[in-house]
Amino acid sequence: MSARWAELQPGTTRPERRVGPLTRTDFVRYQGASGDMNPVHHDEVFARAAGYEAPLGVGMFHAGVMATWATDWLGPDNVRGFKVRWKEPVWPGDVLTITGHIAKQTERDGERRVEVEIVCTRQTGGVAAQATAVFVVPDSPS
Amino acid sequence: MADERAIGAEGAAFEMDVEGGKIREFARATLSSNAAYMASARPVIPPTFLTTTFFWEERAPGSNPWHLVHLDPRRGMHAEQEYVFHGPPPRAGTRLVCKSRIESVFHKEGRRGGRLTFAVMVTEFRDAATGKLVAEARMTGVETEKPPEVQP
Repeated sequence: MSARWAELQPGTTRPERRVGPLTRTDFVRYQGASGDMNPVHHDEVFARAAGYEAPLGVGMFHAGVMATWATDWLGPDNVRGFKVRWKEPVWPGDVLTITGHIAKQTERDGERRVEVEIVCTRQTGGVAAQATAVFVVPDSPS
Repeated sequence: MADERAIGAEGAAFEMDVEGGKIREFARATLSSNAAYMASARPVIPPTFLTTTFFWEERAPGSNPWHLVHLDPRRGMHAEQEYVFHGPPPRAGTRLVCKSRIESVFHKEGRRGGRLTFAVMVTEFRDAATGKLVAEARMTGVETEKPPEVQP
């Protein structure tokens, strides 16, 4: 059993990441990079007409921050799955905190995997999104 | 109102070139500074990068069947997104062949928002050189009867 594998017991965490206060510019930069130009995330007039007081945060933006928090830990080449569920909206001015822990270790056909649970929390304590990521754990970290 | 006749609808296959500059732009936009994305000659994609199919599907008419579901864009929202990789994620220089289909449309009673309508689209990504399935994306959209109550 590699030392790396022994270190990744269920419950293991790594330091949280905090981003923000988020700006409309963060949303626009993400939208330009991703190609999702839904106006509800940057057009104040459109957002108000839809019943919101401000442009709505882009869920895939903070999903991306959650995903790379995990790849920084377990390796960009090792990821085999990422699933995110959005719980409540994010708004300009929000400060988001990304936390997570190893939820499960599995071994199948000689391949070791860990499942990571990741949470994105707003400054209000409200949970913006929850994610599960799956990584293989090679004997020597890549 | 979502159209259940969209279930099973398939989009035309389209090609997507995984590009290093695009990976760096995407990593920067998601506030990553990981050298694997930012400094590698042939970077691997971040886990959520395949969302950039937006840029490629529009080059192939009929490739995105999502519009057939007819979720209202003012009350429609992204509820869930999943990516599965059948090996290390693709790297820059890979050409992918992508194909989307509407997997399901279904309804649920929400706690506050009234009736919720969900729709799921699956996109398969194959390596154009080998034909091997390398990744799958599963997008779940939801339409609420009214906007959510949480405000800034």
